[in-house]
Amino acid sequence: MSRTRRTTRPGARSRRLAAPAAALLAAALLASCSSDAPKDDLADDPAASEQAQDGDEQSEFFDQADYDRQLELTKATPEGPEGKPWEQMLDPASGGMVDTSEYAMKGGVEGAKLCFSNAGVFNPWRQVGLKTMKAEVAQHDEIADFTVLDAQGKDDKQISDIQELSGQDCDALIVSPNTTATLTPAVEEACGKIPVIVFDRGVETDCAVTFISPIGGYAYGAAAADFLVDEVDKGGKIVALRISPGVDVLETRWSAAEIAFEKAGLDVVEVKFTDGDPSKAKSIVSDAIARHGQIDGVWMDSGATSVAAVEAFEDAGEDIPPITGEDQQDFLQAWKDKDLTAIAPAYPTFQWRTPVIAALKILAGEEVPKEWTLPQPVVTEDNFDDYYKEGMPPLHYGACGCEDLPGYPGDWGGE
Amino acid sequence: MTTTTPPTTTAGPASVVGALGRRLGTGAPVYVLLAVLLAALAITDPGFYEPDSFLAFIKRAAPLVILAAGQYMVIVSGGFDLSVGAVVTAGVVAGAEFYGSYPDAPWLLVTAGLLLAGAIVGLVNGLITTVLLVPSFITTLGMMLILEGAVFYWTGGSPQGVLPESFRNFGRGEAGGWLPWAVLAVLAVGALAWWLMRADFGRTLLATGDNERAAALAGVRVPRVRTLAFVLSGTAAALAAVLVAGFSGVSAQAGRGLEFEAITAVVLGGVILGGGRGSVVAAMAGAFSLQALFTLLNLQGVSGALESTVQGFIVIAAVGLGATGLPGLSRLRRRRSQPSEGKSSS
Amino acid sequence: MTAVRTEAPVSAAPRRLPGAGRLKVTDPVVGVWLAAAAVTLIGWIVVTIDGGQFMTQSNFTGILQNSVALGLVAVGQSAVILTGSLDLSVAYLISLGTLVAAETMEGGSVVTAVLAVLALSAAVGLANGLIVTGLKVNAFIATLGMAFILRGYIEDNYTGPAGDVPASFQRLGYDRVGFIPVSVFLLIAVAAVLWLITKRTRLGHHMYATGGDEHAARLSGVRTRRTVIYAHVLCALCVGAAALFLASRLGAGAPWAGTEARYDLDSIAAVVLGGTALAGGRGGVAGTLGGVLLLSVLDSIFNQLSVDPFFKNVVRGVVIIAAVALYARPFRRRAKERDEARAKEKGAVA
Repeated sequence: MSRTRRTTRPGARSRRLAAPAAALLAAALLASCSSDAPKDDLADDPAASEQAQDGDEQSEFFDQADYDRQLELTKATPEGPEGKPWEQMLDPASGGMVDTSEYAMKGGVEGAKLCFSNAGVFNPWRQVGLKTMKAEVAQHDEIADFTVLDAQGKDDKQISDIQELSGQDCDALIVSPNTTATLTPAVEEACGKIPVIVFDRGVETDCAVTFISPIGGYAYGAAAADFLVDEVDKGGKIVALRISPGVDVLETRWSAAEIAFEKAGLDVVEVKFTDGDPSKAKSIVSDAIARHGQIDGVWMDSGATSVAAVEAFEDAGEDIPPITGEDQQDFLQAWKDKDLTAIAPAYPTFQWRTPVIAALKILAGEEVPKEWTLPQPVVTEDNFDDYYKEGMPPLHYGACGCEDLPGYPGDWGGE
Repeated sequence: MTTTTPPTTTAGPASVVGALGRRLGTGAPVYVLLAVLLAALAITDPGFYEPDSFLAFIKRAAPLVILAAGQYMVIVSGGFDLSVGAVVTAGVVAGAEFYGSYPDAPWLLVTAGLLLAGAIVGLVNGLITTVLLVPSFITTLGMMLILEGAVFYWTGGSPQGVLPESFRNFGRGEAGGWLPWAVLAVLAVGALAWWLMRADFGRTLLATGDNERAAALAGVRVPRVRTLAFVLSGTAAALAAVLVAGFSGVSAQAGRGLEFEAITAVVLGGVILGGGRGSVVAAMAGAFSLQALFTLLNLQGVSGALESTVQGFIVIAAVGLGATGLPGLSRLRRRRSQPSEGKSSS
Repeated sequence: MTAVRTEAPVSAAPRRLPGAGRLKVTDPVVGVWLAAAAVTLIGWIVVTIDGGQFMTQSNFTGILQNSVALGLVAVGQSAVILTGSLDLSVAYLISLGTLVAAETMEGGSVVTAVLAVLALSAAVGLANGLIVTGLKVNAFIATLGMAFILRGYIEDNYTGPAGDVPASFQRLGYDRVGFIPVSVFLLIAVAAVLWLITKRTRLGHHMYATGGDEHAARLSGVRTRRTVIYAHVLCALCVGAAALFLASRLGAGAPWAGTEARYDLDSIAAVVLGGTALAGGRGGVAGTLGGVLLLSVLDSIFNQLSVDPFFKNVVRGVVIIAAVALYARPFRRRAKERDEARAKEKGAVA
């Protein structure tokens, strides 16, 4: 048995040999593997070398075209019903509209079964989002069944989940991918069977009927950075706090901010990772204050730790400089209570409503945009009251667009 | 600061020298490490020893130091407590959830309630380990899953209340306007742990970790002692939760990874996993060293991403050096061990 | 070096000879497979009552498929735990393995990639083993430190998914023979090799001996250091296999492929669930596979019933503790008898 399978089990093949020879093998192959990717023969093939660059991108994580397009979209006027940003779309013509008559349910959408493969609920943003999505489903009587499978952050499990759901009798499949690249094969497989709607993070295939997302990370990072550029004098000291390295969706936010700071001549004195841990963030900011004397602005790639940064200034007895956050309730509360000079770009949780609406449209045979780009609100001094809602819990997200949904505010933990 | 390892059960002329050597052997490297790190901090940041900054450093280290003291009790009795990180998260979230329902609850009551809950978690850990004979690694791993799951299941993913200033003051504020409460908490926990380890309890705890069966034969009520160690660890974790909640407010991941940090701190302090050896003060010094290392890496501006790599190397190297001992160092230690007896406890 | 040889009554218990294949219901290996069967049956009933279908082919495929990655890691973890050690670096090694695999495949051949990943794994395993035996750093700390080192390297070098796995290699992750995923054969093959090594070779006997009582093993001529190093290398190679499988399934390398799934603690849980003593010396690969299957079936039932993911963790925690408490029953009986005997002795003396 072992002989016949020898070729098909790479893991086991060298098991017995490997142990004694491990050191040698390791040394020899480690040396060679690191030099494998950018070999000359690859350079002849433009496609391959481009891909290799994609993979090897390190700090140079930047795409000028995407960046330009996102900044342009922030200025565009959305199409769609006023006051319902989750149904609006920005520049839908760019990706073209999709004819969905082939997916239309015979006899109308009554009794539709929607299925959702969720990456997980491992942070408050996703928890608020899922609640919002479930409430959206609840207000559509025509949806007979809504099945959610939670991958708990495991790509491998999400692939199985998608396979399982596409094998069931779902009428449409909604996917919120855990990882951009890795779910592509599974989504492609599902596309062959049922209409697929992807939202939040994308996948590297256009087989989905529609891909729903807000404008994106460059716009987010730039909005926060531009605010600091306006508020802080040239040469001012900026502390940038990031969640963690290696997350592509967060890298775009930082690269946009980096450009803005450089252009404006602001001095970024610290770029640190907080792991989303407020105590770590507070320590980092305290150290920065001690070290640089005065900090003139704080930039964040997401809101989870902005209150901790605010408190670090308070505890050090310093004035709180202009600071950026997110539409998380605790930051909005601090903004209000302490009269901060602040801005809060949102990566809106209302986008969790849109996939359900899109699914019903598709099953009714109505056309949807191939790329459904939602507006990406920015909370400022002027529109603060639209997003700050008294009585919501600290980890709630203001741009949930959930105020008109059944069960609000109780189901979101508010009172 | 003195090392406090009380002699283990076996007594005799040889064991006095042995105990002393062991004391220095397990305790000394961490003080050297701490001294080196503190010196490096002084060079990196001349303002570090301003009273304010230094107190702030201790305040920041407080939760980890307290966790390390609790973890020490469990480790030295021959176990592990992997649930402490989950206790911290659960404590912070439960506190906020509680304040969501009773916004006017007095902070002392909530704090006491959390400490009691931590003690109960420790009690359950201890009973499962000693009565059902489940290895503590598994007991506390299961408890970690249960606590994390239960607290978020209960709160629907995130807590609904806001922690009031009165509750947060303990972890955030200062007594008399300059001395952080957290520093007082560290001193109190340190004194208590030191006293406990000198008392009968400490002796029996070490004896249990050293050789459970021999301890039982000598009349130690092993299950009770070990359970008590878990109770202490659970309570310490709850206290750390109160401090973390005070320091940085509500967070759904307040205690993530703290269990590994606490165990690392204890091991840095020269405490042997498996039990029976090591001093609680050294364990707490290990926690300070770890925090000093974090601060140093932060100040040095090591590329954020590489920080973990440096940390991994240093921890392995420190523990490795402590375990094998530099040949030169151990020779030095042997030669000095007798004349410096009086000195070592000063 | 022995990570968790702490619970004296357990570790001091007499060890069964490896390879003695007696089947008893009280044997954890038999117990865990029975438990998996029982959970399947209960799941079937509950899901049917709930109005779903459990005994479907696609569900079985899913259960098997979801067992592969954890299974590969847990089988490797069994080897180190048997030897009285532990490996907490597996999660980051998986992440790095998928990245190396996918990047190498993008620019080179599949064979090179497989060799590169296995070489990387062997090197990490060797380093773990050397730190544990040579520097005498406790396995818990040594492998935790290694995890940090790998983490820093990954975070410093990758900003997200990287590389590209050719379709031919993705077949490992997606193809099926009937309703059995091809990758299950990989798991079976790896498990079979490890079973043979642990039960039928001298190295295996040495692993059991080292895990059971390192001191005694050394006195009886076992080269315990070398054994521990081999165990770590074996474990890391299994992890490498898991990384290759995940790369084939994901189509790319992902920096969080191993960590978000918590393969480190989950694999230890599966091993212990399968009846391997955490202190070393008892248990084996067969039980581990049962433990993995049990966890996988549980997951599938939770999926079918749409159980809240947080509640899942609670159940998992309870199951793990309860299972190990059951395995400890014979020791409890023995401990009780000992206590009673001692009480009697005391009574006689008085």
